[in-house]
Amino acid sequence: MSGSKLMAALSGFTVLGLYSGMAMSSKYNLPEPQTPIAQQIYDQHMMALWICLVIFIGVFGVMGYSIIKHRKSVGYKAANFHHSTAIEFIWTTIPILILVAMSWPATKTVIEMKDTSEADVTIKATGYQWMWGYDYIQGEGEGISFYSQLSTPQDQIRNEATKGQDYLLEVNNRVVVPTGKKIRILMTANDVIHAWWVPALGVKQDAIPGYIRDAWFKVEKPGVYRGQCAELCGKEHGFMPIVVEVMEQEKYTQWVAEMQKSASAGVVNTALVEQSSGKN
Amino acid sequence: MAVIQDVHGHGHDHPTGIMRWLTTTNHKDIGTLYLCFSLVMLFVGGFLAMGIRAELFMPGIQILEPEVFNSFTTLHGLIMVFGAVMPAWVGFANWQVPLMIGAPDMAFARLNNWSFWLLPVAALLLITSFFVPGGAAAGGWTFYPPLSTQGGMGTDMMLFAVHILGMSSIMGSINIITTILNMRAPGMTLMKMPMFVWTWLITAYLLVLVMPVLAGAVTMVLTDRNFGTSFFNAAGGGDPVMFQHIFWFFGHPEVYIMILPAFGVVSEIIPTFSRKPLFGYSSMVYATASIALLSCFVWAHHMFTAGMPVAGQLFFMYATMLIAVPTGVKVFNWTATMWRGSMTFEVPMLFSIGFIFLFVIGGFSGVVCAIVPVDIQVQDTYYVIAHFHYVLVSGALFALFAGAYYWLPKWTGHMYDESLGKWHFWLSMVFFNVAFFVQHFLGLAGMPRRIPDYALQFADFNMISSIGAFGFGLTQLLFVYIVIKCVRGGEKAADKTWEGATTLEWTHLPSPAPYHSFETPPVVK
Repeated sequence: MSGSKLMAALSGFTVLGLYSGMAMSSKYNLPEPQTPIAQQIYDQHMMALWICLVIFIGVFGVMGYSIIKHRKSVGYKAANFHHSTAIEFIWTTIPILILVAMSWPATKTVIEMKDTSEADVTIKATGYQWMWGYDYIQGEGEGISFYSQLSTPQDQIRNEATKGQDYLLEVNNRVVVPTGKKIRILMTANDVIHAWWVPALGVKQDAIPGYIRDAWFKVEKPGVYRGQCAELCGKEHGFMPIVVEVMEQEKYTQWVAEMQKSASAGVVNTALVEQSSGKN
Repeated sequence: MAVIQDVHGHGHDHPTGIMRWLTTTNHKDIGTLYLCFSLVMLFVGGFLAMGIRAELFMPGIQILEPEVFNSFTTLHGLIMVFGAVMPAWVGFANWQVPLMIGAPDMAFARLNNWSFWLLPVAALLLITSFFVPGGAAAGGWTFYPPLSTQGGMGTDMMLFAVHILGMSSIMGSINIITTILNMRAPGMTLMKMPMFVWTWLITAYLLVLVMPVLAGAVTMVLTDRNFGTSFFNAAGGGDPVMFQHIFWFFGHPEVYIMILPAFGVVSEIIPTFSRKPLFGYSSMVYATASIALLSCFVWAHHMFTAGMPVAGQLFFMYATMLIAVPTGVKVFNWTATMWRGSMTFEVPMLFSIGFIFLFVIGGFSGVVCAIVPVDIQVQDTYYVIAHFHYVLVSGALFALFAGAYYWLPKWTGHMYDESLGKWHFWLSMVFFNVAFFVQHFLGLAGMPRRIPDYALQFADFNMISSIGAFGFGLTQLLFVYIVIKCVRGGEKAADKTWEGATTLEWTHLPSPAPYHSFETPPVVK
């Protein structure tokens, strides 16, 4: 095969590989990233995976060759060498360099993840056994407060009814946030440790009783993003999902007005919330 | 064979029947007890795993209520770690350390007896806790408070059991350290010790270092539960995250406690069946020591989502990644040992190669988990479940099988059934990967661990995983059959069963090894 043909074949395979990687992403890989942080996580995971694959092929290529060729049954006689300072130095140094290359982008992301300053909207998420409570404590929507519980009916869980599309990932009241704004989430808990996790937003943070932790995200694309409690919190740990709905600014303002109206009327009308947040 | 004196004269002065086993101070008897106990526990823990996988076979709640499911995952973890893998390694140490260093027995014979007989008590506490009001502990094998301060007396029973198992491990380790440092045959300097002995020496030091830390954490949880203290209760001025720091200061070295002896066994088997000396013996020793040392500085990588300052996350990320270096050195050394050897592929060798192959996959996912941003996504998901089963099942357990097949001829005097052993290997290899490889995808796609029911997009991989797990579980019955068959009879094993073996138990002792061996120490040149 000529050089150019080889290059064409290689790039063809690469494109095919990348394409199939994208097509399968929902099932075989991290969910499609919706925030800059989630994108960086996605990329760093892919980079790590490729590096591992190359090392894997290298090591087991050598071992596989050895297993095929250096066996007694084909009459191979054993050599007797047992150390080589030069080669041992090389295979100690190269992994260090690879690890430095991997940790450099990770370091930058960690620093960025921790920067929760200058948020546009701050929401406190409180973990309860077994639901989430949300309080909008700063920014547009300040004062809004509600609980968010699993809305999948028991008969679906007990296999007495057909399971819906968002089985176990649907709630009565969604957390609603505007697009393009920096949202800071404060996490705490009322009883035991929970964890607030939405994979597509690249946020996972334990909610610890008596302590407050925080994280942030900023989403450009409106949509509904689903996650689950990620820290074992007792019997119903598997049944306290998190649903974040990201809306365009005007719709968000409308949502805030409706929430505040119903709150001032002294009625927490969950049906209205459901209606206004729409069925995505 | 001049070193064996009066073999038969010593065979009669000990009690027979049940009293032989209850009162024994013989390292071989105690080793056998440890190994049988851990095999039974492997099946108890395995039964729980089958329950977990049966519930997860399809979405919806079918056979285990959520609280019972949580008890199953909790006890599965505790029994496999403290009941199966750790006692199995102590059993190997009991049998092999004296034989490999040319000592007549372990240094503290009665302590040895006691450290074993504590185990069945702890196991009984764990298993019977399922039948007390409130059921068994359900807060995960890591028993994080405040969740572990909830729950009934089953949790207290579990905590007591962990205390007892910890005591047993500390005593066992002191015994092993003393034996190795004081009872080596003349001429066997530290740097001439077999790798298995080296890895156990380092493991034992790790155990003595971290087990008392676990005991502290367990005691604090017990007093928080029963005497109104608030070590881990924020409302009383305590800190739940402090528990995690203390627990993982034990917990991370603990995973190396389970894997270092596996490195030792594989470092014995690969040279034997490659008919070539171990490549880089001294770098192997230094790599083991550096892994042990580093393992004490990486505990908080289990807590990246608990919340930590930037400096903390970065420090623990770099330290964790650094462990890949000595671990890589080991894998490269094994490969170099095989290179230009004259290999044969009996069952111990197959399990050792299987070990390297799958342990490397587990090591890679470990590096992926070390990257803090990526860990934020995969922490507490099935990705982590896949990761630690690759290092503990296809790591520690495969090495245990390798070691068992390797030394069974020395222990029993009979050859095991080679073709059944090969079946055991290949079935284990296939079913293990069916069960656990797909769990990487589940974790990446967002399935949290420790949940009894899951969203529909996880359904097909869970079904595949369950099928693999059932197959893997059933395959292990084959191992029991092979061992019983080998103990009962079979082809007579040669004194030096394996052509390439070089350690003392093969070169200086008959098969089976006599009840008392090396009463006059051999001289190592």
